[in-house]
Amino acid sequence: MSRSGIKNIAKRSRSLGDHRNLRSWGVLLVMIIALSLLSDRFLTLPNIKNILLQISVTLCLSVGMTLVILSGGIDLSVGAILALGGAIAAGLLKTGLDIPGTDLHMQVTVSGAILAALLVGTICGWINGITITRLQLPPFIATLAMLSIARGLTMLWTKGFPITALGPEFGYIGTGTPLGIPMPVWISLIIASVFHVIVTRTPFGRYIYAVGGNERAAVLTGLNVERIKLCVYLIAGVLSGVAGLIVTARLDAADPNAGLGYELDSIAAVVIGGTSLSGGRGSVLGTVLGCLIIGVLNSGLFLLNVSPFWQQVIKGVVILVAVALDRWGSRRA
Amino acid sequence: MERPILQAVNITKVFPGVRALDGVSIDVYPGRVHAVVGENGAGKSTLMNILAGVLKPDSGQIYIDGQPVCFSSPKDAQQAGIAIIFQELSVIDVLSVAENIYLGREPLKAVGLIDRDKLNSMAASILARLDPGIKPDELVGNLRVAQQQIVEIARALSINARVIIMDEPTSALTAQETRALFDLIYDLKRQGVAVIYITHRMEELQELADDITVLRDGKRVATGPASEFTIQKLIQLMIGRDVEDSFKFVSRATKKLIFTAKNINLRDPQRHYKKIVDDVSFEVHEGEVLGVFGLLGARRTELLETIFGLHPRFGSGDLCINGRWFFPRCPREAIEAGLALAPEDRKGAGLVLEMSVCENTTLAVLDQFTRIGLINRRAEGEVTMGFVKRMGIKTPSIYQKVRNLSGGTQQKVVLAKWLSTKPKVLLLDEPTRGIDVNARREIYQLIGEFAASGMGIVLVSSDLPEVMVLSDRIMVMCEGRKTAEFSACEATAEKIMEAALP
Repeated sequence: MSRSGIKNIAKRSRSLGDHRNLRSWGVLLVMIIALSLLSDRFLTLPNIKNILLQISVTLCLSVGMTLVILSGGIDLSVGAILALGGAIAAGLLKTGLDIPGTDLHMQVTVSGAILAALLVGTICGWINGITITRLQLPPFIATLAMLSIARGLTMLWTKGFPITALGPEFGYIGTGTPLGIPMPVWISLIIASVFHVIVTRTPFGRYIYAVGGNERAAVLTGLNVERIKLCVYLIAGVLSGVAGLIVTARLDAADPNAGLGYELDSIAAVVIGGTSLSGGRGSVLGTVLGCLIIGVLNSGLFLLNVSPFWQQVIKGVVILVAVALDRWGSRRA
Repeated sequence: MERPILQAVNITKVFPGVRALDGVSIDVYPGRVHAVVGENGAGKSTLMNILAGVLKPDSGQIYIDGQPVCFSSPKDAQQAGIAIIFQELSVIDVLSVAENIYLGREPLKAVGLIDRDKLNSMAASILARLDPGIKPDELVGNLRVAQQQIVEIARALSINARVIIMDEPTSALTAQETRALFDLIYDLKRQGVAVIYITHRMEELQELADDITVLRDGKRVATGPASEFTIQKLIQLMIGRDVEDSFKFVSRATKKLIFTAKNINLRDPQRHYKKIVDDVSFEVHEGEVLGVFGLLGARRTELLETIFGLHPRFGSGDLCINGRWFFPRCPREAIEAGLALAPEDRKGAGLVLEMSVCENTTLAVLDQFTRIGLINRRAEGEVTMGFVKRMGIKTPSIYQKVRNLSGGTQQKVVLAKWLSTKPKVLLLDEPTRGIDVNARREIYQLIGEFAASGMGIVLVSSDLPEVMVLSDRIMVMCEGRKTAEFSACEATAEKIMEAALP
């Protein structure tokens, strides 16, 4: 009897992450059906590929943002870290590095540049984490400051001008198509899958929910809350660096204004995906859905020749509807 | 008898999956205290929320002075003269007493600004009837809980409430404050106000209630003048079956020392010379339950927190478990040393409400279920299932969110979480607060089982009978100091209370 009971449990075993995605899937499905009836170019392979390509950068940022928001925080600096990471990679690749105090000049390889961008993301994320855990600053303030700092450093590094012509080898990150699928799509989907598993199946993932759900209970249970929070911001930083590489490689240029406002896009994707801004509720899978909903919407409106200004208005309405549905659902539950 | 001021007839309310109220009727008379009793989940809160206009009944009718009324919001109910004082007080800390009393009904000057003088004098005249010691311009955040409650009562009187509903008003009060509240209720009665009084404490009923209504599973099982009920009969009506007079506790105490706490101190973070916990020392043996009794402000919770490593900067002392001395700097160190703490605030500190029974149970020991970095959900489920069976955790599934469970069941999940860490010493802070009679007995049973398995148990409680029934020894605290220690046989209620009073 106990055996069958456990089997039953295992079958119904769901993680914290999976609840309430049904509604988002429904919204996405309705949109896809509607748009494919309205435009015969919508449900074509090139357009699907295009949608996935369009959302790849937001998806990278949003996965990190999901972790941060699940832990009960927020990260406003992802767009600025994206720009800084991209600019540093591009600058190093293009002109190398003069080592201060010496006459030495260092050339940097493509992999060196990639590492540099990831390192920049890591450092920025680490600083976010330290200011939030050790200095006890509210995440909103700490990451707002980081937004300004990283954007300023990007301007200093690039002197305000785009760094262009980075070469085909680096460009492969943005334009390569192994197995016919664009590199950014590969990267973002791999990141989303890995973090889906981390969030739903590892102790670290569950601790994020615990910290976001009830921080005091997490402390009393003996969890190292500071370290969990630090990791979450660090991951968001690294993924911003990845996003910076994608953006820079796709355009073959590091624009100092790259990623402007992306933090809001990624928060929107997370929220549309059903993750609660107060922490402890939501999922990476939901965020993937959120990104898809935004991507499908943009693509569909573009195909229907709706003005980009209207696209923004409609996106805003979708956010309101999604969150209202979410509230309504959780009140009834 | 007079005509009832408030009548509710055949009230039914259905929530998804639960029939919270099933044809319940109640008559409330002016100048009388009508107590509503029942276990958690019996429907008391639902009924009160309907009377106060917070919820709408699915069917049934409310009458005031014989006239049918229909409330669509709490404001309607207030205008009809019904005020409710919730267990969780709804005063606003950053506003003054007068501002709280007249919130939303401030007297205005001609230009639309608040007439502060008039506001304060109006508030003062109401407070004079209740507690002249409370100043109208004091911030509510600076008041004690008992005084905040009086502010709520003042608000009720300021809208000329003729019916005041009080939901467990004494749960956060000391004995003296409770006394004062009762005097206040007698005053209200003399002024012709009807009071609907909800409580878990049987001894309060004998003193206060004129009429009693007993609810069970959403139905009214009895109603009538208080004189018709004995405590024995009430308990029987509430839980629907006979129970023996009191819980029979079997001592499992041994002579083997398991836990020593020596010179535990906690300094005040603001004023360092002041001690919140002042040099408390005690010992616990294997299988022994050490009861810790004290009134509100005795600093029992702070004592436990210090022992559990929650005050690394301001706490100090020496702890010893099985011969190893230590002083934890964070809960993790305390847990590793063999301590566990079931905190007073179950929902706010004991559980992650959005997580399931299973996820809460294994949260402290997830590493044990991890293979190559991934959680083995089957193993986790099996262990949780074991706890659910062993402790009688009433949940439809181990994947049920703990938010949806009753207080007693939640407390069992907290205990399961700590048992999974295999603690040597279990610190329990008010383990039965807000838990109904039945679940309470089950918790007592579990405490006995834990002791039998050789754990040392420190039981902090403000419920004197509970401490006396469960403990092998009783330590009494007052204002941060240990004032007495008794063995179970030498302890009497009088001796304990004497040591607990400042």
